[in-house]
Amino acid sequence: MTDQTPALRLEGIVKAFPGVRALDNVSFAVMPGEVHALMGENGAGKSTLMKVLGGIHQPNEGQIIVGEVPTVMTSPLQAKSKGIVFIHQELSLAEELSVAENIYLGELPLKSFGRVDWAKLYAQTNAILEKLKVGFNAKTRVGDLSIANQQMVEIARALTVEAKAVIFDEPTASLTDAEKVVLFDVIADLKSQGVGIIYISHRMEEIFKITDRISVLRDGQYQGTVVTAETDEEGVTQMMIGRKLDLSRAAVTHELGDIALEVRDLSCGKLFENVSFQVRRGEVLGFYGLVGAGRTEIAETLFGLRNPSGGTIHLDGNEIRINSPADAIAMGISLVPEDRKGQGLVLGMNCRDNMTLPQVSDLTAGPFVAEGAEIAIFDQYRDKLDIRTPGWKQTVGNLSGGNQQKIVIGKWLSMHPNVLIVDEPTRGIDVGSKSEIHNLIRELAAQGYAVIVISSEMPEVLHVSDRIVAMYSGKVMRTFTSEEVTEDNLIQAISGITPANKVA
Amino acid sequence: MATLSKQDIGKILARQGILIAFAFFIIGFTLANGRFLSPDNVMGVIRSSAILGVMALGVTFVVISGNLDLSVGSMMSFSTIVVLDLHDKIGPALAIPAMFAMTLCLGAFIGFLVGYLKLNSLIVTLGMLSAIHGLTLTYSGGQNMDIADKDGTWFDVFGQGTALGIPVPILIFLALAALLGIVLAKTPFGRKVYAVGGNGTAATFSGIKRARTVFLCYLMSAGCVATAGLIQASRSMGSQNTVGQGLELEVLAAVILGGASLLGGSGTIFKTVIGVLILGFIQNGLLLVGLQFYVQFVVTWIIIILAVWLDIAAKRGKLWSNIA
Amino acid sequence: MQAGKMTPFIKTGAIWAFVVLELIFFSVAGEFLSLSDKAFMDLDNMLLLLKQSAPIGIIAMGMTIIMINGNIDLSVGAIFALAAVILLDSMSWAIFAGLGDWVIPVSWALALLTGVVLGAVNGLIVWKTGVDAFIVTLGSMLGFRGLVFMYNGENPTSELNWTLVDFAEAQFLGLHTATWFLAAVTLVIWYVMTKTVHGRNAYAIGNNREAAVNAGIRVGPHMMINFMIIGFLAALSAVVFYSESGSVNPNDGQLYELWVITAVVLGGTKLTGGAGSIVGTLGGVLAIQLLRKGLGHIGADTETVNLVIGLILIAVLFLDRQLNLKGKEELKT
Repeated sequence: MTDQTPALRLEGIVKAFPGVRALDNVSFAVMPGEVHALMGENGAGKSTLMKVLGGIHQPNEGQIIVGEVPTVMTSPLQAKSKGIVFIHQELSLAEELSVAENIYLGELPLKSFGRVDWAKLYAQTNAILEKLKVGFNAKTRVGDLSIANQQMVEIARALTVEAKAVIFDEPTASLTDAEKVVLFDVIADLKSQGVGIIYISHRMEEIFKITDRISVLRDGQYQGTVVTAETDEEGVTQMMIGRKLDLSRAAVTHELGDIALEVRDLSCGKLFENVSFQVRRGEVLGFYGLVGAGRTEIAETLFGLRNPSGGTIHLDGNEIRINSPADAIAMGISLVPEDRKGQGLVLGMNCRDNMTLPQVSDLTAGPFVAEGAEIAIFDQYRDKLDIRTPGWKQTVGNLSGGNQQKIVIGKWLSMHPNVLIVDEPTRGIDVGSKSEIHNLIRELAAQGYAVIVISSEMPEVLHVSDRIVAMYSGKVMRTFTSEEVTEDNLIQAISGITPANKVA
Repeated sequence: MATLSKQDIGKILARQGILIAFAFFIIGFTLANGRFLSPDNVMGVIRSSAILGVMALGVTFVVISGNLDLSVGSMMSFSTIVVLDLHDKIGPALAIPAMFAMTLCLGAFIGFLVGYLKLNSLIVTLGMLSAIHGLTLTYSGGQNMDIADKDGTWFDVFGQGTALGIPVPILIFLALAALLGIVLAKTPFGRKVYAVGGNGTAATFSGIKRARTVFLCYLMSAGCVATAGLIQASRSMGSQNTVGQGLELEVLAAVILGGASLLGGSGTIFKTVIGVLILGFIQNGLLLVGLQFYVQFVVTWIIIILAVWLDIAAKRGKLWSNIA
Repeated sequence: MQAGKMTPFIKTGAIWAFVVLELIFFSVAGEFLSLSDKAFMDLDNMLLLLKQSAPIGIIAMGMTIIMINGNIDLSVGAIFALAAVILLDSMSWAIFAGLGDWVIPVSWALALLTGVVLGAVNGLIVWKTGVDAFIVTLGSMLGFRGLVFMYNGENPTSELNWTLVDFAEAQFLGLHTATWFLAAVTLVIWYVMTKTVHGRNAYAIGNNREAAVNAGIRVGPHMMINFMIIGFLAALSAVVFYSESGSVNPNDGQLYELWVITAVVLGGTKLTGGAGSIVGTLGGVLAIQLLRKGLGHIGADTETVNLVIGLILIAVLFLDRQLNLKGKEELKT
């Protein structure tokens, strides 16, 4: 392997954004016929790296070498013409068009007068589909395919060019086990044809099953490359988080109060089923699971945004019905949503107005909004949460991610809720602010709030939670206390593996 | 930080670009015709803009909430016809509240469709443009409406009267602008309108009843339309069925010109009033320098495109679009 | 899978079912209510219906492309009027005096060119400024109409050329000239949308613009071509209509955009773009024209038509939403 020319090589890539070095001197190489995992926590720089590879961002330093040729990437299309193909997590397909048209989007074979050469199109497409051994044909409308098959269409797209390297970004996020097997076959096929593969995933199980080597990023920095066979999950995890996990701070340092919220057999269609848990005042209950495991949907149901199909919700021992966010707020249930910009904030509004939005009808002097009272609330929580902003007039869209998140948290704290649900508290927030927000969550619990934290980042959920609910595909697999939990058993629980049938 | 302030400067320039252009425009016309800035002429412009202006106030709420209202023109025809018809049947004192009630019902219907049923506001109000036009024609049987005894009624006060030496339409327009300006800027409802238009999902996630807010915006719009219909009816004391036709576009033009984004979440009543006046002065100025009445359509077209273009150019930081 | 396949079927089938329903309703109701003793389904009446569908129908074909593309064009009525003015006025221009009846093709070409140029103006602005097509064409609806008025004030522009009138009133195989034009346009646009790269790209852009851009489709020029096509078709519609009538009022074509958009939406084209069919639009056009004619046939005021059409448009929007609801568990935002 050593004397071969790499299919794709990155050398000293640096990408800086104002205030952040998103990528700091990243170098690694993918050999032909190798499956190379790229790992790292959310925000470690994987997606920025992909954008640099696809020419969406230009690196400040370093170069991309395809085969032996240093290449400047200008667009995903140009990258494709150089043999670098992306299979995105979010599918980029036109649902109304056929499989064939999607595969050759932008490159439909032509006849005279701009007509599509259908015969040629279908012949070429069927040839590719045959290689992939899929169960649909070139004429199928893409919108009629399952998500897994749509992914196959994306993969088929990659096969229309002489691919040197194919990059899979979380390809199994929405696949069933059977579908995964097909995907892994395809990857093995590509591999045998000498294509270099970059495989981005959080799922250790898959990584150890199909990859040859693993490269790790942490906070934008390249941590090294290891041969998969020579390491184990713990070794990789340690590279990813850079330390032995420090669980000590998760220990309960204060008395727990009464049960604030109890959920019994709550279901919402197929999104989640028979979920039961309780959270006490002064306690942080963590929810951990893969994307799509149903965690966010539980939060949305508790906040009145979805109608449950079964089960009951009890607040301070009384059964309650929540039909709308207004109901939830009235009962003291607050939600800091996962999509801060889409759901948490009105970006064009100023800091004060965002913070007082849920209670604006109550903060009145006669028919008018009592702006003095609003400013007082803003000032109070700015100091309390250490929000760095020139003043309440600042448009929220101009704040950093961490400060924006604090505005959302302040918005709900100022309502003095019974239960505070925080979904992905630190998504897209820089490392410094992360620990601030973690400390804040612990502090809130110490003050007697019942807090639910939903997170996709294991270190985070281990760090802040007193107990952890592990979910897998809509079901609660197990609830851990901080004494019981280990990385291993947590990962197993959220991967749907029960200790009995675990391999190796 | 440096790039940010640069963008801010660009934004300010773009916004003021319209005002600067307007200032040049005023100076140019004043030089061309000394009468342009005379008190009489200025008063005349505001007076003739009053009906459009009153409608624009309501539409401002709808646009800030992130929706459109293309039905205000035909709704205004409806109000005018109804109040003129009822005037002779039940007298002005009853005709006016009856007309307001009927117009508000139309507004409530649209508000229900767009707010509670979440239907696309462009198509709903386009459909209502047609439907209300049909309703008006059915109501009137296609006939013009006239008040029989034009001298024996106090009904003409809204369109033709003066108080304190100022024409009543101007007073109504300015009073309503002040009232709605305060509602939008100072009350919880106004705050909610901005939130719903700025980010409807985030507003819902903050417990704001989005459907009700949108519903109320359409109700306010209908109330403004009824007021405009009243002024129109009182001014002319008789009317065709198509008196408001095409006004929806001029109204929208004024609102956009004032700088409200069609995406919702931004705009103010004050800016809308400025937009209304810009349109009014341009029409008037073009006429004063002897250009045909119709030139204003073309000028308005160019101004609207330029205004919106500059606005989004400032936001994206460059003049030309990113479309390949 | 099953549901995914049913919905498009219901959508394309529904409009034609509606057309048939209208035919039956007006035939039956006409028996009792009609003042004339002629049957609604009378052959001449149906042929006339097709002819009268042409002006709206021709433009609607262009609007279908525009809307599949994810845009909208509100200026078609004004383009229609301006092209008509150019058509009729240019026939009496001094420089064409020596041409005799050869002035006809020249005037036609001028009118069509007008449409293409106005469409190109819209398209270029949308492309280069990035301003939403709704605002751009809202503005040009006003601006183009202003040009119409500037041309001839509020006076009608008239020019009756009897050769032209004879041509326009001719019937070939029973169908009127206008009907043939509608048929030809429908066929050509259907072919473009289903068989050519341009047409398929129109769907791709409306469906997933980012994917189209990433696949290297040049969205700007593509949209501009579509605006030129609809400009051309609006002008063609004017050419077909005014060749016969010979006189245009400056207000002609007002509200055409409403009729056209109604027809397209009735025909099942998605407001958000990406889906729609020419055959569906043809159904929508016929449904509207049937309604107009039918209401007249059973003695309803012509005014009622506006009311009914507006409400039907809203009803279709409502049905479409109901069909697309995902279920009770959906996020309530």
